[in-house]
Amino acid sequence: MATIASLKQGQRGIIKEFSVDVVPLKLLEMGCLPGNEVALVQTAPFQDPMYLTVNGAHLAIRKETAAQIEIEIIKQDLSTSLNI
Amino acid sequence: MAKQFNVALIGNPNTGKTSVFNRLTGLNQQVGNYPGITVEKKQGICRLDRGVKAHVLDLPGTYSLNASSLDENVVIELLLNKNDKDFPDVAVVVTDIENLKRNLLLFTQIKDLGIPTILVINMADRMKRKAITVDIAALELRLETKIALISSRENKGFEALKKLITNYKRLSVTPCLNASSIAPEYFDRLRKTFPNQDIYKLWLVITQDVNFGKLDRNQLKGVTSFKTESISNLKRLQQKETIKRYQFINQVLKETLLVDKENAKDLRGKLDRVLMHTFWGYVIFLGVLLLIFQAIFDWSSYPMDFIDSTFASLGEWAKNTLPAGDFTNLIAEGIIPGLGGIIIFIPQIAFLFFFISILEESGYMSRVVFLMDRVMRRFGLSGKSVVPLIAGTACAIPAIMATRNIENWKERLITILVTPFTTCSARLPVYLIIIALVIPDQRVLGIFSLQALTLMFMYLLGFGAAIISAWMLDKVLQIRSKTFFVIEMPNYKLPLFKNVGITVVEKTKSFVLGAGKIILAISIILWVLASYGPGDFNNAATIVQRENLETSISQNQLETKIAAFKLEHSYIGHAGKFIEPAVRPLGYDWKIGIALISSFAAREVFVGTLATIYSVGNDDVETIKNRMAAETNVKTGKPLFNFASGVSLLLFYAFAMQCMSTLAVVKRETNSWKWPLWQLIIMTAIAYITALGAYQWFK
Repeated sequence: MATIASLKQGQRGIIKEFSVDVVPLKLLEMGCLPGNEVALVQTAPFQDPMYLTVNGAHLAIRKETAAQIEIEIIKQDLSTSLNI
Repeated sequence: MAKQFNVALIGNPNTGKTSVFNRLTGLNQQVGNYPGITVEKKQGICRLDRGVKAHVLDLPGTYSLNASSLDENVVIELLLNKNDKDFPDVAVVVTDIENLKRNLLLFTQIKDLGIPTILVINMADRMKRKAITVDIAALELRLETKIALISSRENKGFEALKKLITNYKRLSVTPCLNASSIAPEYFDRLRKTFPNQDIYKLWLVITQDVNFGKLDRNQLKGVTSFKTESISNLKRLQQKETIKRYQFINQVLKETLLVDKENAKDLRGKLDRVLMHTFWGYVIFLGVLLLIFQAIFDWSSYPMDFIDSTFASLGEWAKNTLPAGDFTNLIAEGIIPGLGGIIIFIPQIAFLFFFISILEESGYMSRVVFLMDRVMRRFGLSGKSVVPLIAGTACAIPAIMATRNIENWKERLITILVTPFTTCSARLPVYLIIIALVIPDQRVLGIFSLQALTLMFMYLLGFGAAIISAWMLDKVLQIRSKTFFVIEMPNYKLPLFKNVGITVVEKTKSFVLGAGKIILAISIILWVLASYGPGDFNNAATIVQRENLETSISQNQLETKIAAFKLEHSYIGHAGKFIEPAVRPLGYDWKIGIALISSFAAREVFVGTLATIYSVGNDDVETIKNRMAAETNVKTGKPLFNFASGVSLLLFYAFAMQCMSTLAVVKRETNSWKWPLWQLIIMTAIAYITALGAYQWFK
């Protein structure tokens, strides 16, 4: 199962439904909505926290939260991934 | 008398809300606290046309009306309470053109409350750079509101905004989202039970404590029956509401906003790659830290020396000019030095907030939080604890105030509790004189001065103590709070110097007025305790003269001897004698005991107190040092300040909670005496035990 935590730098994914009981509403309000595209911009050492862009917003969350959000990773060829 | 109405400024963090507030009110503002809590309340007066004045309230930044922190809860509590004297006649929602989509979420919520709402789109100056075009007229139509496109950086659009505020009565109050569409069946039930209530307001009241829960909902009886919905069901509905709102916003923006990504300049990405680099990011952060330290310790020493000497001569002047008597002494020896003891911290505090506010305004602080979060979390802290720990090296008071943006209560509390371990500037004079006394002036490996290394070690010791105790508190404290952490990475911006200036002035003012009162009170009490005493105290002059009849000493020497005798027999002298048995195992005598007690007002008082006790006529460090070196232990006959007692003193000052003002601030920030008292007891215990261990080991 792919989650935001399994994204590699520059990779993108589409957020699937996630459970309201584990992912706080705040994240939703900041733009992290099911159906939206999320991209991993950068991570701090040990991949934690993770710096994301989602729905035009730039935010950082801890890996434990990221691991709660299921995504479908967008397959892409190497040339486009280098542009991110 | 012009009539006034209430304007509330509302917006997400990082939308430039404060700059808009500053532009609207100028310096016509006052900062206070909401009653009973420590959320900052900023209000001011805005002058509109024809002598009309508006009362402007700058509400804390919030992402939505579903509050998840103390700051955010203030917003919702005000907006749900029509009887509050600050209840807005008109709401001004500030948004950032680059984050319009997210910012509009809050706008739709506010508008749905039925409050006339103006939409402000800020940072218009960045539109060209980011290749953004927006159809204002169409957007006004779709959102059924009036829009002011402004730039607080270039001071554009404010006249139009003021006009909109003046004419607020013409604004439409039609809601953006039909609340019933979230869950028709549930909302129908709600409407039938409370036919006279606004349905969206009801919904907010019901769901408030799902995320936070401190709202007083006495005015709505019978609402509890709707709590039967399980929490997770309510959460699901909140999620649904948010998604519905975003659907609406996306549809609106699709028709009105155009971003040409091809032509947008991307400075953020370039800066992020350097400033958040896994290696260079830390190097740069270290450099920034060094710069701040340099400012706090080096640059601020000039104004501090000036303030010190000014107050010294002011006291002298008062003593010589005013008629002699107790009252003059109180002014010259109690109040003026007391005031000086407050004012002297202004340069450091001003510098500190100058840098912190630049780091925050520029957007760099979020990057630091990002870089440090993982490291700090190991110790039960948050990435957001870095700022207070840095600030603590100047003074724990502003540092503890800087913990407010840590949303997790446990992490915030731990930060507050451990910050006083960092080596604040008041410890520095104490360290300097003791190190000069007991650490040999040698070089290690031929280059490093042993004394300088010791001083550096003391700083590391402070940080180490803070980190380790944070780690232990994390294990011990049984506070259940959400470990959730999310931080927005705002765009980089050049700081607006008006904002920086206002922050520096406001923070300094709140320090002088808040903590200052306590420091002043303590100095007066100390003065009284040192200036009066029972029994022999009142015959000091006669007794000392009698004792010195045979010896030929000058008038000056006689006077200093009398002063020393008086101190020994004053109330504080008795107190020193009283605690002597407790401090003797640490290698101190009653005189150091007094210095320890008086250090409670402020640690640096240590040097001044010893100066009086050792009857040295002035505060010059070298002379005190010589006197201290000459002091002998009555029992052993050896020097009182030797390696063992010196190290013991250093450790005691490193760990002890000796600062009344810090305790007062901790009380204010935690809203209870419980935490400052624990802090006092535990820190003093650690200090006592380590000092005892060190003295007994090295003796």
